Amino acid sequence: MLSSQIKSNEIVFGSCNKDLLEEIIFYGMGLGADFVEIFIENTDNSSVLAEEDFITSVSPSFGKGAGIRIFKDKKDGFVSTNDLTKHGLMRSVSQAIEMLDITDNKKIQVFNGLDKHRDYSLSKKKWINEVPSIHEISEKLLVSTKSLKKNNKIITRKGSYSRNLQEVIIASSDGTYVSDIRLHQTVGLNVIASDAQYRSSGSRRFGSSGMPHEFRLWDHEKAANDVFESSMNMLYADYVDAGQMPVVLANKFGGVIFHEACGHLLETTQIERGTTPFENKLNEKIAHESVTAIDEGISEGSFGSLSVDDEGMEPEKSVLIKDGILKKFISDRAGELRTGHKRTGSGRRQNYSFAAASRMRNTYIAKGEHSKEDLINSISDGLYCKSMGGGSVGATGQFNFAVEEGYLIKNGKLTNPVKGATLIGEAKEVMPKISMCGNDLELAPGFCGSISGSVNVTVGQPHIKVDSITVGGR
Amino acid sequence: MNSKEITIQISEAADSLNLKKWDYGASFSNDYSVQVDKGEAKQLKASQKQILTIRVWNESNLVGITTTSDISESGIKKALNQANIASDFGNKNETTEFSPLAQDPIEFKDSKKRNPVGIKKLLTLLREAEVKLLESHESIKSVPYNGLSESFYERVYANSDGAFRSYSKSQAALYLYARAEEKNKKPRSSGSIKLGYGVEDIDIESCIKDASNKTISHLNYSSIKTDKYLICFSPESFLTIINAFSSMFNARSILDGVSLSNKNSIGDKLSTEALNIYDDGLHEKNISSSPFDGEGTPTKRLCLINKGRLENFIHSESTARIFKTIPTGHAGLGSKVSVSPDWIVVEKSEENSDLKTLLDHSTYEGEFVYIEELNAIHAGVRASQGSFSLPFDGWLYKNGKKISIESATVAGDIKYLLKNIVNIESNQEVTTSGISPHIWVDELSITGDA
Repeated sequence: MLSSQIKSNEIVFGSCNKDLLEEIIFYGMGLGADFVEIFIENTDNSSVLAEEDFITSVSPSFGKGAGIRIFKDKKDGFVSTNDLTKHGLMRSVSQAIEMLDITDNKKIQVFNGLDKHRDYSLSKKKWINEVPSIHEISEKLLVSTKSLKKNNKIITRKGSYSRNLQEVIIASSDGTYVSDIRLHQTVGLNVIASDAQYRSSGSRRFGSSGMPHEFRLWDHEKAANDVFESSMNMLYADYVDAGQMPVVLANKFGGVIFHEACGHLLETTQIERGTTPFENKLNEKIAHESVTAIDEGISEGSFGSLSVDDEGMEPEKSVLIKDGILKKFISDRAGELRTGHKRTGSGRRQNYSFAAASRMRNTYIAKGEHSKEDLINSISDGLYCKSMGGGSVGATGQFNFAVEEGYLIKNGKLTNPVKGATLIGEAKEVMPKISMCGNDLELAPGFCGSISGSVNVTVGQPHIKVDSITVGGR
Repeated sequence: MNSKEITIQISEAADSLNLKKWDYGASFSNDYSVQVDKGEAKQLKASQKQILTIRVWNESNLVGITTTSDISESGIKKALNQANIASDFGNKNETTEFSPLAQDPIEFKDSKKRNPVGIKKLLTLLREAEVKLLESHESIKSVPYNGLSESFYERVYANSDGAFRSYSKSQAALYLYARAEEKNKKPRSSGSIKLGYGVEDIDIESCIKDASNKTISHLNYSSIKTDKYLICFSPESFLTIINAFSSMFNARSILDGVSLSNKNSIGDKLSTEALNIYDDGLHEKNISSSPFDGEGTPTKRLCLINKGRLENFIHSESTARIFKTIPTGHAGLGSKVSVSPDWIVVEKSEENSDLKTLLDHSTYEGEFVYIEELNAIHAGVRASQGSFSLPFDGWLYKNGKKISIESATVAGDIKYLLKNIVNIESNQEVTTSGISPHIWVDELSITGDA
């Protein structure tokens, strides 16, 4: 008796919470809300850091919380709380209703109860027992940092791992009732090399979603070789001369340029703000005809993949740009309500304390027909960006990206390594200048920070050639 | 549970698990924020958050840690258990202890805690601010990034030796970023942020005026020729650079091999004798000041650069022990304790005879580039290498005229920058990250489109 009373008065993961969720939604709708959404999460995370030949940090964390969102007309009120009792959730609903100043509860929207439970977590409950133990992770990280010790110029070696396990329940007044478990693992290596006054650094990061054994398959030797080579190549590099020039951007993480420069401008949050130059360009040419760009959440194991988004919709494969023509925006519930663009299963948030927003998932430029050599051979004087650092896009669409590892192109050949390069431009002007796409599409994991927090994403592209871009240097 | 009750709960749970040595840091907050879009409420947000970080020491004196938002009796027990398990992986090469200063008296100033004004008042004030900003100039078409928020929080540190510290504060923030458009020109955007202890302390009119003036001042723009220029850094942009390279002063970064300094760098000449830099977390203008750090060490003013020479590093308990000094109040609680500056204060020292005092941003008539704000710090700074290449908002002053610079970057090396400071203006300005005067630097590279 006591047990069932407890269950009916607070959310319990792994149990049926339908009655309680319906009661809370009925409560919100009865107070005059147009729409009520409840997002509840339970997390179990771990991270491990190896420095030189020692484990220097092991950090477990766990928690739970709820985000309640109420819509009235086109406004929304969002309340987050750690209190998952019926009283706590009802209080959050009341707070959201009060914030929105909803006093007219005569026009009650219909809520017919929750649909049949869509449980995406059934096959995933065993994951927590399948992920590597801290002991196993520590051993492999130490082997990895040891294999970075290839000469005495390497002065700093680091390996890091993190695992996020998130159990979610999503329920809303359109009947949505979903449960899921998400698993993300990421592992990275970093070095700093030094010789007299010269210094360089190198890093690589790998990541997967929904694949508990992926860390065991990670080829740490190859990763260590890549990072070491990159740092050695850049150790004595000169600073690049600034100017306008053609560039070839490498595949994998080179795709960050499309993500930052164009992808964000295709999120409906940007239409809502009036900050995208592409707002009225649907079915118009916005890029070179060689460019087809995709955002999807369905590639198995990719860092940005998900069974269901944070609003309970299964992700779709969205062709954003087809042969240079703008075809679609990335949309969430609020985006559909405020801009009319249909949801794409892209409502995402870092955790319960953020309201979901339209966010990218696995975003990439599709492969073309050229080889990497074709692209480089076509340039007499330019820059090859082998490894990109982070970047950002400003409120008016200007972007900038750091080039971590760059090489000059002279007469169609790669020559000296150069450092300190930054790529600067505007999406609207650069997209038509992507004139050649390679045939070697690859994806790379990353984290994207924006309005609804930091979310796991994949960026990607084949090698691409940009005919002209501003390169910042010295 | 309040913080005293949590401490008792942790103590009892630790006893039951036979854990003799522990400490914890916690924060409890209530936050409220609003955003508007052309007079309409867009998103209204409230959040209640609690975060608890517990460390335990095992019988081998190795430390384990766990962080949780579950501050129930069972959550606390689970956290202690997990921390105990994690202590098996504790760092044997660098032990952690309680801060020797964790029970020293702390300087309690009036926290100026304000009462909440509530969501409706926040919304009314932000709507009015948006209208005024839109009406301030015909070219300002929207305020795409805006927000008004108020936060109320309590922070706590306690340990099994009986240390217990807590303080509670309030803070409010207003940001307005306007977008201006004119025919046949690219849209331009700029804005302003103001902080206060409460909403009523925020100078809303000044935020509107700053956002409007900055945005309008960028309407007439031009590309700049790639070259080396005489640069005047605004107080905000100079503080951005100093904070980005604060690993120079950071003992943790030195031990990790990611700093430009080393253990023996104290006394090294980094800049003109005219430059003093302090870290002063308790400065009266620091709205976010905290009387103690994550290890319970009292916050204090510390000289980092004295007359151009490196004077002190910032420390946690463990780095201070390794450097044979005392903690400085800059620790962040974690499995690996982090170290970071609080509030940078830049000033001109008494030894300033070598400065070119004619260089004053409001009167100088020669050619120079004024850097108002640096962007994309995470992408363009290589702190471990000392280099930076950063986009900026600013103007070129030439022939008595001022013109906004279109998409350009400034690049250089922090050591070169500090050594090439040619003037430090007299008047300091308060920003959201510290206090600094305008700083002039000769011969930095600018890349532009012209």
